[in-house]
Amino acid sequence: MTSPAAGTSVLRSGRLGRRQGAAAALAGTAVAAGAFVLTPLQGRADFLLVAYLSATAGYLVAAARTEGRRSVVDRLAAVLVATTVGICLLALGSVLVYTAARGVKALDWYFFTHSMNGVGPRDDAGGAYHAIIGTLEQVVLASALSVPTGLLVAIYLTEYGQGRPALVVRTVVDVMVGIPSIVAGLFIYAFWVLGLGQGFSGFAAAMALSILMLPIVVRSAEEMIKLVPSALREAAYALGIPRWKAILRVVLPTASAGITTGVMLAVARVTGETAPLLLTAFGFDSIHNDPFSGPQSSLPLFVFSQASSAFGTAIDRAWAGALTLIAVVLLLTVTARLLTRRSGLA
Amino acid sequence: MKRIEANHVSAWYGGFKAVDDVSLTIEPKQVTALIGPSGCGKSTFIRTLNRMHEVIPGARIEGEVLLDGEDIYATGIDPVSVRRTIGMVFQRPNPFPTMSIRDNVSAGLRLNGTRKRADLDPVVERALQGAGLWKEVRDRLDRPGASLSGGQQQRLCIARAIAVEPQILLMDEPCSALDPVSTLRIEDLIAELKDQYTIVIVTHNMQQAARVSDSTAFFTLQAAGDPGRLVEFGATSKIFTRPDDERTEAYITGRFG
Repeated sequence: MTSPAAGTSVLRSGRLGRRQGAAAALAGTAVAAGAFVLTPLQGRADFLLVAYLSATAGYLVAAARTEGRRSVVDRLAAVLVATTVGICLLALGSVLVYTAARGVKALDWYFFTHSMNGVGPRDDAGGAYHAIIGTLEQVVLASALSVPTGLLVAIYLTEYGQGRPALVVRTVVDVMVGIPSIVAGLFIYAFWVLGLGQGFSGFAAAMALSILMLPIVVRSAEEMIKLVPSALREAAYALGIPRWKAILRVVLPTASAGITTGVMLAVARVTGETAPLLLTAFGFDSIHNDPFSGPQSSLPLFVFSQASSAFGTAIDRAWAGALTLIAVVLLLTVTARLLTRRSGLA
Repeated sequence: MKRIEANHVSAWYGGFKAVDDVSLTIEPKQVTALIGPSGCGKSTFIRTLNRMHEVIPGARIEGEVLLDGEDIYATGIDPVSVRRTIGMVFQRPNPFPTMSIRDNVSAGLRLNGTRKRADLDPVVERALQGAGLWKEVRDRLDRPGASLSGGQQQRLCIARAIAVEPQILLMDEPCSALDPVSTLRIEDLIAELKDQYTIVIVTHNMQQAARVSDSTAFFTLQAAGDPGRLVEFGATSKIFTRPDDERTEAYITGRFG
């Protein structure tokens, strides 16, 4: 048995201080800088990568000299985690910041209240009002089509479906996840727009979008409903509550936060869809409020058509449209979150 | 008051037989305790008494359970009505997480659509008083049910069960997730509820069975994988002092199980 006073306690080990760690990382960076000055190595991106690696190496070598193997591995894992988190935040942040920086230029009240009717690409005028209306109508219609259907399918799969029929439904839903969005658009184009002779409309776009939303809603709702403890169902049954009511009033409210997240994911996914809209909503320069007949615009189509122009004024409108699109999705998500804050499963 | 008569009840989970040929009679306004080692089928058996066994996929039973002479498994009997007559409290407190304390208690009535909202408040108060929880929660009826302590949650579940005014209350190890103080409160509560309800309680705790029950049924199983069987059923005082079967004696004196 060793005494702590003797300094050989098995509970103690060396510890790399914050300053020493930073110094070691700086030393690593300096080595990298030296290498870029003295050797033919060059390039900014190359330097960042080499400096990052050699700083990490310096930090870990310093740790290895003062601490045990286990804490070196721990520090390596911490560096990796921090790096990946940083990359993710950087990607997200730069998209947001860059879009906002480019988008504010053409963004004003006029932009939100006017359409592109009679506006040429070089005119410093026009707005996205018609596109915002189109996007909202199409996404709301698509949600109205796919959310109730998706929820019912999810309830069938979790509460009732057994054996082969359930397996078939689940497989079909899995396959639907993989449908490319242009194929959904082509299908509605062939079936509804041409086949049934209904022509382009916001509703046709909503149908194409709902094909894309349905599997996302089903799978996420299914997972969330599965998480509801069976003890809650049993508690409801034991009170003499019929099964359908237990599902409606106990199971679904308990899973509502998660279901909302799934629905919002689906909404966010389709709000930015462009390809299927080209074949269904088609796009239109003027305000067209009726989604059930005639071509309609939408924000992605607006961005697409403005960005294809060679003129700065149109490009600015495209960025403003992109920023509006992000804001619309954000707004929808926050609203849905607030509406379903009280729920049993976080 | 209602009497339950189980005749030759056997229960299965898929191909596994959990209860074999149990017959016993539960007298009204009495507390009947079901005791026995883990896996002896007492929890399964209690769930056959209000048709809760069949909500598990693949579960089935044979035999009959007579409620005042009427077989609750006969064709044409609605399991939902059976469960309204025979309520149940579970091992782990399971208040509805999305509902307030008030809504938890009134859930059975509200979701069965039998009353208007204004009529529910007196029922909520009576049920909470019946469960000995009223004084502790009357100022925070709108807080979530999950904000209560474990013992309070279990009494909330008892209040929820008695709010629908069942005739019989089944309790499946209602104290096993609770501390001794909460356990004592529930036991006191059982003694009070006995005046109005027929109570069947499954317990692992033999002292508890001895304290709260009038009759005791001892279940056991031969070996793991075997179905549980009823060994002995009689007055609690007799089962705990001079049981007829040596297995019962071995169990209650702590020599096995």
